[in-house]
Amino acid sequence: MALDQSFVGRSYPPTEPYEVGREKIREFAEAVGDTNPVYTDPEAAKAFGHADVIAPPTFVFAITFKAAGDVVADPGLGLDYSRVVHGDQKFAYVRPVRAGDRLTVTSTIEAIKSLAGNEIIDIRGEVHDESGEHVVTAWTKLVARAAEEG
Amino acid sequence: MTANSVNGSAKISYADVEVGTELPAQTFPVTRATLVQYAGASGDFNPIHWNEKFAVEVGLPDVIAHGMFTMAEAIRVVTDWVGDPGAVVEYGVRFTRPVVVPNDGQGATIEVSGKVGAKLDDNTVRVDLLAMCAGQKVLGMSRAVVRLG
Repeated sequence: MALDQSFVGRSYPPTEPYEVGREKIREFAEAVGDTNPVYTDPEAAKAFGHADVIAPPTFVFAITFKAAGDVVADPGLGLDYSRVVHGDQKFAYVRPVRAGDRLTVTSTIEAIKSLAGNEIIDIRGEVHDESGEHVVTAWTKLVARAAEEG
Repeated sequence: MTANSVNGSAKISYADVEVGTELPAQTFPVTRATLVQYAGASGDFNPIHWNEKFAVEVGLPDVIAHGMFTMAEAIRVVTDWVGDPGAVVEYGVRFTRPVVVPNDGQGATIEVSGKVGAKLDDNTVRVDLLAMCAGQKVLGMSRAVVRLG
């Protein structure tokens, strides 16, 4: 079933703030095996001019994807989430995410396409901090694979 | 390690790189334990990343790595090169092929290389990354824009 094209351009309300913690950043850096001290040592982060430890570049996806999940779960959209795979991912950074940030995500459906039975949806997540400063934008392309015949 | 990395300034200078400059390549091992740890850290508990039975049922050859795990590893070639991960301005990938992680005690290995694809304005360069696993490209259009000193 084709997705409802009228959802293109639709924005969703900002998410509740997510508070970025030092230990969560450490846990993520350890999980990807990255020993860069800028993720765990505030002094190392300050040496690069950061106010506190910063998060690895893809860390913010955990927050934006949760916000995107609220979009794809919108019953009006009609997406079969059990068939969804991650197609593309892109980030544009104004500044790195850092410990102490309280981040909100505003998601917008940028495009909906149908290709060879697959439904493709592009979602943009704008991430802002508590002061309203833009931190990063995440673009996520999700592909709902065509249902098998029969 | 160059001397100027000690005081926190960028390791690599814009003037010192050219289109075609290669970044040091790295290999990243990934086992089932890695995926369980990444699931916990990232909050992505999709069973295709830890449950073989489930993965096979949905048509996959075996458990596969999180695409975002591979994306996180690939950018390390860039962040280790420049020193400050905060210098990354843009980063995007296409997930073209899954990284299959067998439960054989060895798992898989992701090999990442990168080279400067273009010199851009404002002391930034575009790095084109190549991520391979078992002889196949696992990321497409994998590019980062990074600010150099």
